[in-house]
Amino acid sequence: MTAILEARNLVKHYGDVKAVQGISFHIEDGEIFSLLGPNGAGKSTTISMLSTLYAPTSGDALVGGHSITRQPMQVRAVIGVVPQDLALYEDLTAHENLNFWGQMYGMSGQSLRRRIAEVLDQIGLADKATKAVKTFSGGMKRRVNIGVGLLHKPRLLFMDEPTVGIDPQSRRAILDMVKDLNRQGMSVLYTTHYMEEAAELSNRVGIIDHGRMIALGTQPELTQQVGQDETLRLHVAAEADAAALADALRAVPGIKQISTTDHEVVLIVPEAEEALASAVGHANAIGVKIRSVDIQEPNLEAVFLHLTGRALRD
Amino acid sequence: MLKILIIGFKDVTLAFRDRAALLLMLAAPLVLTIGLGLVTGRFAVGGSAGGISAIPVVVVDQDGGQLGQALVDTFTSSDLDELLETTTSADPAAARQRVDDDQVAAAVIIPAGFTDSILSGAEASAPAATVQVELYANPTRPTSAGVVQAVVDEFLSRVEIGRVGGQVSVTQLLTSGLIQPQEAAAAGREIGQRQAAASAPVIQLRRATGTAAPAPAFDALAYIAPGMALMFLMYTVSNGGRTLLAERAQGTLPRLLVSPTATAQVLGGKVFGIYLTGVAQMAILIGGSAVMFNLRWGDPLAVGALVLAAVAGATGWGLLITAVAKSPSQVASLGSAVMLTFGILGGSFISLSNLPGWVQVISRITPNAWGLEAFTTLALGGRLADIAVPIGALLAMAVVLFGAAAALFNRQGLVQR
Ligand SMILES: Nc1ncnc2c1ncn2[C@@H]1O[C@H](COP(=O)(O)OP(=O)(O)OP(=O)(O)O)[C@@H](O)[C@H]1O
Ligand SMILES: [Mg+2]
Repeated sequence: MTAILEARNLVKHYGDVKAVQGISFHIEDGEIFSLLGPNGAGKSTTISMLSTLYAPTSGDALVGGHSITRQPMQVRAVIGVVPQDLALYEDLTAHENLNFWGQMYGMSGQSLRRRIAEVLDQIGLADKATKAVKTFSGGMKRRVNIGVGLLHKPRLLFMDEPTVGIDPQSRRAILDMVKDLNRQGMSVLYTTHYMEEAAELSNRVGIIDHGRMIALGTQPELTQQVGQDETLRLHVAAEADAAALADALRAVPGIKQISTTDHEVVLIVPEAEEALASAVGHANAIGVKIRSVDIQEPNLEAVFLHLTGRALRD
Repeated sequence: MLKILIIGFKDVTLAFRDRAALLLMLAAPLVLTIGLGLVTGRFAVGGSAGGISAIPVVVVDQDGGQLGQALVDTFTSSDLDELLETTTSADPAAARQRVDDDQVAAAVIIPAGFTDSILSGAEASAPAATVQVELYANPTRPTSAGVVQAVVDEFLSRVEIGRVGGQVSVTQLLTSGLIQPQEAAAAGREIGQRQAAASAPVIQLRRATGTAAPAPAFDALAYIAPGMALMFLMYTVSNGGRTLLAERAQGTLPRLLVSPTATAQVLGGKVFGIYLTGVAQMAILIGGSAVMFNLRWGDPLAVGALVLAAVAGATGWGLLITAVAKSPSQVASLGSAVMLTFGILGGSFISLSNLPGWVQVISRITPNAWGLEAFTTLALGGRLADIAVPIGALLAMAVVLFGAAAALFNRQGLVQR
């Protein structure tokens, strides 16, 4: 397989802000690659450079064999971009938006009309095509935003957090659409801060934090970093309870990592069932009531926690 | 090239879908044209007075002179009888009482000595102070009182023009029906003498001479309508400029820039969109007023050329405003300020010839002044060759302003790359 994208040591500074500090990765032709990272990690900045909107402070990338710094026009013909924030004309209808953007990608006439009909079907808005976008729900607008990026059948599609702030049903539809597009041969660069989305969609995942790639590989490769350890989540009634329980558990041998997020104590342990028994005992001893328990096999969230000591989402 | 056109047409579509923009681009200039046309009596004969009519007003003439009588005649003239319902009274106190009792919208009180203070000033060794006509307005009927005030103002401003314009202006006063024929001869004689004594600056006579030129009867609307159209053209161009910054904020500009479209094409398309919207607005206003008011704009070819040049000059201003502003809302507020300033400077409200000389000089930076001068020339029967200078000035304005805006955009990096 050949790489459709090859980023080499990309750096972007906005004045004093070092948004991206040397990121390298590649995307195989035909794969879905996810960039997973918390808010402000540098995901959008990376996409802006790769899509030739901003010139990198240093570094370069090849997209479809063209340099983003020296051949931006050729790069633009290869890629489709779905920006994080909606970029549509709200006073135009869905159809008019698609028509306008299609023309900006050099499409016209019969082939454009056919393609618009296809895309409208794909995003499930064929029956709303003649309504102004401003009358749409958030989820519908997101779908039009995606449709615009798909029109010219790009070889590589950049999707920057396409599911932020929408209902679960629309989110499901979008994830299915991404998988569908990929089956038809489109390569995808997908950014998100939802571990579940990266896990569901991608072959390989890059975990990005503070402008650096802190982990990169297939999901099994990444989860191996935390070993076979499991994550045990103990949900308690009050925040003070979580802190008290965490303190009580620190003395217990075999617990590799303890952290708390509001009403939860999160333990990384080799054997969750074993740890659970001892945790319940300690909770009873200090009079803390455990409301619910969740055991997770090694996952990307745990990888992030392991590497940064922080949760992916706060 | 094709993409420039597509982006431009998209912007025209958006402008004409925006209710607020439509209100200011088309409705406002037409309504103001009608309003100003009403107070100049342009619509009185046709009787297309629109909403307001039969405003009760009481006039008290304590003057008894020619001008006092002329003002009374104005109020009772058949031209205004649809708009006003005038009664006369001899008692100012009673008249004011009727206003206080909300029986009438306003009382117009012409004090004794009004005519003399204006007409005999020339002979008197020391010019008498002008005696003021009093308008006692009913605060509960501001619109109606405003109309009455406009009629009085119009009369007074014509008398004022007469004071410096002499014979020529009496012709004008007559054609607009504000002074009755029998008064005209006497008034003209007196005003003429006054003018000789006052030796008013020649430059202030220009518009009066032009409008009263013997050949075609000049339609007041042929001055008002282009004045309003040009003023609201300034709204259109600054609103167009605003969309450039708005597109940057709403993400469509970045999206355009990551499509295979050159930056020059994107910006060219935006400029073309502003220009095309302005041309469409002017075409609709000119066509609309021609049909609605039976207004003759003059030689169509020359009017077309003038529109193209005037919109180019105005677009230059729209771009400069955009280049100077930092946000869409700054463009909007700066744009409104420029629109009003240019409207006043450019003669949309007060004929340029009535403004001081230095204002007339400054007004040359506005597309309004050049455009209005040329539109007036065409309405009076001028041809394309007669407006070569204004057209040249408007095009030169466009070139200079485009250059300045481009330099500013470049420096602040509208599109960082
Ligand atoms: N135009 C800009 N000017 C200055 N700083 C910026 C600009 N854009 C982004 N930043 C900063 O760069 C850093 C990375 O931002 P970026 O938008 O790339 O993060 P992100 O991973 O996309 O985050 P999110 O999940 O919130 O979208 C942040 O600290 C942000 O404040
Ligand atoms: Mg982002």
